[in-house]
Amino acid sequence: MAFVTANWNPLGDAFYRKIELYEMGWNLKDGLRDCLVAAAPYGGPIALLKAHNRRSPSARPQLEIFSSSGLPLASFPWKSGVVKQLGWTVSDDLLCVQEDGTVLVYDLLGGFKRHFSMGNEVSQSQVLETKIFHSPYGTGVAILTGALRFTLATNIDDIKLRRLPEVPDLQGAPSCWAVLTQDRQSKVLVANGSHLFVLDNTACTPVTPPGLSPQASSIVHMCVSFSYKYLALLTDSGLVWMGTSNLKFVLLLFSCRCRRPKSQQPSAVVMWDGLLLVVGECKETIQYHLDDDSILVPELDGVRIISGTHHELLQEVPGACEEIFKIASMAPGALLLEAHKEYEKESQKADEYLREIKEQSLLSEAVRQCVEAAGHEHEPETQKTLLRAASFGKCFLSNFPPEQFVSMCRDLRVLNAVRDYTVGIPLSLTQFKQMTIQVLIDRLVYRKLYPLAIEVCCYLKTPEYQGVSRVLKHWACYKVQQKEESDEVIAKAVSVKLADAAGISYSEIATKAYESGRTELAIKLLEFEPRSGEQVPLLLKMKKSPLALSKAIESGDTDLVYTVVMYLKNELNRGDFFMMLRNQPVALSLYKQFCKHQEQDTLKDLFNQDDDHEELGNFYVKASYKEQRLEARIAHLQSAVDEYYKAKKEFSAKTTEDEMRLLRFQRKLEEEKGEQLVGFSLHDTMTTLLSVGLHKHVEQLYKDFRVPDKRFWWLRLKALAEKEDWEELEKFSKSKKSPIGYLPFVEVCIKHHNKYEARKYVSKVTLEQKVKAHLAVGDVEGAAEAAIERRNESEIGTVLSRCAATTDHLLVERLNRAKATVAKK
Amino acid sequence: MAHTEWRDAPELPDFSLLKRLARDQLIFLLEQLPGKKDLFIDADLMSPLDRIANVTILKQHEVDKLYKVELKPIVSSSDQLCFLIRPRIQTVKWISDLVNADKVAGRFRRYKIIFTPQKFYACETVLEEQGVYGDVTTDEWNFYILPLDDDILSLELPEFFRDNFLEGDQRWVTTAGSALHLLQSVYGSFSKVYGIGRCAKMVYESWRELMEEGEQRTRQPEFAKVFLVDRDVDFVTPLCSQVVYEGLVDDLFRIKCGSVEFGPDVTSSDKSIKVMLNSQDKVFSEIRNEHFSNVFGFLSQKAKNLQTAYDKRRGMDIQQMKAFVSDELKGLKQEHRLLSLHIGASESMMKKKTKQDFQELLKTEHSLLEGFEIRECITYIEEHINRQVSMIDSLRLLCLLSITENGLLSKDYRSLKAQYLQSYGIKHLLTFANLRQLGLLEEQQAGETLTVMESKVGKLVNDKTVGKLTDAFSSLAKKSNFRALSKRLALVPKSGEEYDLRVPRDMAYVFSGAYIPLSCKLIEQVLERDGWTGLEEVTRMLNGQEFAVTGAPNPRNKTDAQRIVLVMFLGGCTFSEISALRFLGKERDTYYVKQIEYMVNIKLSI
Repeated sequence: MAFVTANWNPLGDAFYRKIELYEMGWNLKDGLRDCLVAAAPYGGPIALLKAHNRRSPSARPQLEIFSSSGLPLASFPWKSGVVKQLGWTVSDDLLCVQEDGTVLVYDLLGGFKRHFSMGNEVSQSQVLETKIFHSPYGTGVAILTGALRFTLATNIDDIKLRRLPEVPDLQGAPSCWAVLTQDRQSKVLVANGSHLFVLDNTACTPVTPPGLSPQASSIVHMCVSFSYKYLALLTDSGLVWMGTSNLKFVLLLFSCRCRRPKSQQPSAVVMWDGLLLVVGECKETIQYHLDDDSILVPELDGVRIISGTHHELLQEVPGACEEIFKIASMAPGALLLEAHKEYEKESQKADEYLREIKEQSLLSEAVRQCVEAAGHEHEPETQKTLLRAASFGKCFLSNFPPEQFVSMCRDLRVLNAVRDYTVGIPLSLTQFKQMTIQVLIDRLVYRKLYPLAIEVCCYLKTPEYQGVSRVLKHWACYKVQQKEESDEVIAKAVSVKLADAAGISYSEIATKAYESGRTELAIKLLEFEPRSGEQVPLLLKMKKSPLALSKAIESGDTDLVYTVVMYLKNELNRGDFFMMLRNQPVALSLYKQFCKHQEQDTLKDLFNQDDDHEELGNFYVKASYKEQRLEARIAHLQSAVDEYYKAKKEFSAKTTEDEMRLLRFQRKLEEEKGEQLVGFSLHDTMTTLLSVGLHKHVEQLYKDFRVPDKRFWWLRLKALAEKEDWEELEKFSKSKKSPIGYLPFVEVCIKHHNKYEARKYVSKVTLEQKVKAHLAVGDVEGAAEAAIERRNESEIGTVLSRCAATTDHLLVERLNRAKATVAKK
Repeated sequence: MAHTEWRDAPELPDFSLLKRLARDQLIFLLEQLPGKKDLFIDADLMSPLDRIANVTILKQHEVDKLYKVELKPIVSSSDQLCFLIRPRIQTVKWISDLVNADKVAGRFRRYKIIFTPQKFYACETVLEEQGVYGDVTTDEWNFYILPLDDDILSLELPEFFRDNFLEGDQRWVTTAGSALHLLQSVYGSFSKVYGIGRCAKMVYESWRELMEEGEQRTRQPEFAKVFLVDRDVDFVTPLCSQVVYEGLVDDLFRIKCGSVEFGPDVTSSDKSIKVMLNSQDKVFSEIRNEHFSNVFGFLSQKAKNLQTAYDKRRGMDIQQMKAFVSDELKGLKQEHRLLSLHIGASESMMKKKTKQDFQELLKTEHSLLEGFEIRECITYIEEHINRQVSMIDSLRLLCLLSITENGLLSKDYRSLKAQYLQSYGIKHLLTFANLRQLGLLEEQQAGETLTVMESKVGKLVNDKTVGKLTDAFSSLAKKSNFRALSKRLALVPKSGEEYDLRVPRDMAYVFSGAYIPLSCKLIEQVLERDGWTGLEEVTRMLNGQEFAVTGAPNPRNKTDAQRIVLVMFLGGCTFSEISALRFLGKERDTYYVKQIEYMVNIKLSI
């Protein structure tokens, strides 16, 4: 306890401390000398690649991956081209940038994932230097090519290559450069001698850092802080310049001699061969001697120093810790800690200390400080002491919210677990909060530490969906790749483990199985998938199309069926495709729907194959309406007729034949008489002909098309009335007994306001319709007469309603009487 | 409106929430394409969109010009085009053509397609096949439900019926399922789900799947029960002429998306007026459910009242006058305007509908429903066709005849069809084929021995007996069984009794007391029995596919919400059915909210 401050060094107002994280478990022969090293932030893995030996290019260097504690995770001989740079992505994948601009992606356990290229230009002019950077958009790669141009991809998962503008007067490689992320875009900061430029998508802008005289000297190193907020420059005259990364404010100018900086917060760490220098705002420095070749890994709240033997964290002492442990601190937290210590010793001093805090009513503050400080301490013992003190203090407080304490205990438990030597993720609390629990679980999963991940999930009570289920899914995905076990065993193991976990997507697991070449296993796994919609895409990929189709139909999701149908259409030859559809009516009707708009001809083929002659006939009839030319129309109709006959639809065939005849007839008349006729229905044709007085032709149509008498009479009647040819109408009415009765005659006359003519036909109307006829011509008396004669109650009623009570007084009476008599009967 | 006059009505859920959700999502999508853009909207989305976000809102989000999708080449100078469309292959093809044309012309624009309510793979395939997949961005606007009124929700999918029942394309099923899911997530889970019909079952399945996938939220539900019903369970109702005021307005002027355009003959001026028809309209809300014969009297009474209200100002002093002008006058003016419109509308209805023709049409329909004097009806239909009275009405009568009679006799079918084709052209050959596929208009199979025997018997005895025989035979076949159903459920009240339309006795009033809509009767029966027990015979005749599922457990206390029933018609419903359900709701102390695919009146298919 007393030694907590032993590794503290003051720098201005603050303290810095260097904590040993691990003694490295690796056994490196030459230390880190001549190695390409990449260590992932947030306590991620470390990749090592021995530098290429130019002299013996055939020698294959070993690529090794270690955990932060130096435990080997993977190791394999490097067989591809010359690697320029190693780097890690945000999701713990290793990027190896080769000389020709190809980037190879490996997972943390050395499994090859994929590769991509940084473009032709890069591969032609070769990679000179590379930087891998992280931004809110993911992991990016920036490359300086042999042609001294920069190419940049902001997110390697969605590669969009951007070629940045040229830097003026650049003769050789720039002395140093760095990638910045500002204003939602990535920029490159380049130093060429004493000139500094910012390159963004469109322009190259020269900049001058304030306070750094331009002619001073050339900038040899630059570094950007983890948060992209600060920038440090180092000139060849040994001047360190620190400022905000937008180059607007200067924080510090410091003169020294050094070679390699890494910058942090408002303080910079400068390292050269045997000396590490921390430079703060206040122009003071702390020096550490390094025994070994080391690399620096910037973190959110410090710098990790990795050497051949040790792994250390250098950070500013967090406020809470400083308050409590600073020598002779009188902060409430410090007093509480002291009080607890005395209490353990069973000394009454405990009370004195407590009283002191309580007098200032700072007890809750004290508890809070202890809890917070515990979070920032690495030693479990120290953590415990602090937490005990906090819990001791809590006893004297009522209403102190317990959440902070409880969650801190939980978090620390998790952190200590992952910091364990065997796991090797040295996360600080700040980093953990920034990274979130989900990401931590992912990291554990990447390392295949499934049991630990599940424990963590359960312990932190993460919702099953995001927690346990997810881990189990990853486990299953890994499980199915194990080649040595048989399909049955694996399928069973997976289903047993995953049985009661919610939200498991078996299709994803099956996909993995398929990718590792185990189709049979994949199908078995798919059987467990409850949502048939999820099964389909994979089944298609595995070329199990019939199964996919039936699953898609089962799912009831039409869209899915479409997906399969369209896939099959491109995959199979036409015959097979149609055959398959034939067995699946739903799919067939969907495809027909599609064809109707997209491929008329296919539709025809479909009907043809099914021998659906009736549909074919309909198809032709429809097609005929799209044709402008009469010949084409008739040709289509003829095909329709043939099809209808084949379908034994004589009726449709006959009607279609009639239509062809009609069309020809219309055409002929059109040519002869100049009347617009083609396309009219038979009825309309006759109406038109009648209106222009071509009675002979109408007669011909009447005979040819066996028009029913009734229709013919209606037609004539209407046409004559339309022309108000009353004489002809009368003649017509007498020509034969009317098949439609004579009431229509009356009505049609009334419609044309000719009561006189209408009356002529009233007498001819049948008895049943007499009343109506009389009423139609406005002859109420006649109607009354007829109604009474017919002794029909409802008819009398109708007439009554038409009588005006005042004028037809007598009539009303008579009707009422008649009604009464009828009713009596 | 039912619930103003009926005190005890349960509070309806606030459906404006749905509108707000849709609007926010649309705005979000529009913002995805920053900068000025021209917006192209599918014609049938125009009115629904107007209900969600009007032009001002669109303009606020940098929509420059609005165009209707007309499948023609476009004139637009904008560099950003946004298309808001239904996922139809035809429209997507048109867009691809546009993009390709621009490419040829060397013009660079940005295109964004927003599909609503969802994107279909087939549409993406079209984009891919036309080689423009990379040039356009696509998005989904999950706009499922448009609240048309306090108690009517609509999916606004006019093609639902055709796609689902005729083409056998079930792609809208998931849409309906998602709509239910949306309602559930906004208004809480339903305690019980009933349904009948194949499509209803599928909708329920897809909904259930969504429920299982998503998280369950328990909250006080605002609906108690859901009833899903397929349109093809009851084809008869939409085939009958409507005689309730709202139905008539629809028949004559077409109500589209809750509003109607009254032509010059109604407004008695030279321009048309667009009127929103919903419960906000005080005059309309009182007459919408009334039988037409009552409407005129009601309106004149209303006019008198209005006059008295106006007359009040005589004899007022200045102070009172001031109060009158500020408080009442505006309302009165508004009411006055609406009243004159509705009077105009009913006048023009009167003109059309009290004519001999309409009376006879109704008479024929009623005899078809009752199954009397079928011969006369056929003669009437024949005349109707011969005189070219109305293409659609004739077809409607034909279908009604076919359904009530279990298909037409071969002889009749052929002669009527031939007549129809002579009147309206051969293209209707396809119409007939479609109607046959739907089972709306069928020919009795001549080959069936039963029918042969039947027609032989038919010659010997009169029509009525034939009807009975047909019944006996048809229960053996899989036909529509309307007669038997009607008897079983007492759909057609006994004739001869006077039916007082002023004081409706049952739901039959919506068809002048001649027929209770089958769909509504089913709903009533099932809710009464809380399931399908006792209706086995009926469901057998309707081809089964019924289901009843208990959902979330009922909260202990019986709240208002427990009385609200959501009825979903898959394939549309008529205003008559809505009126009938409103009537039922009043009587049974439950409240019905209707969700419909689209208002159908009669559907024609070429």
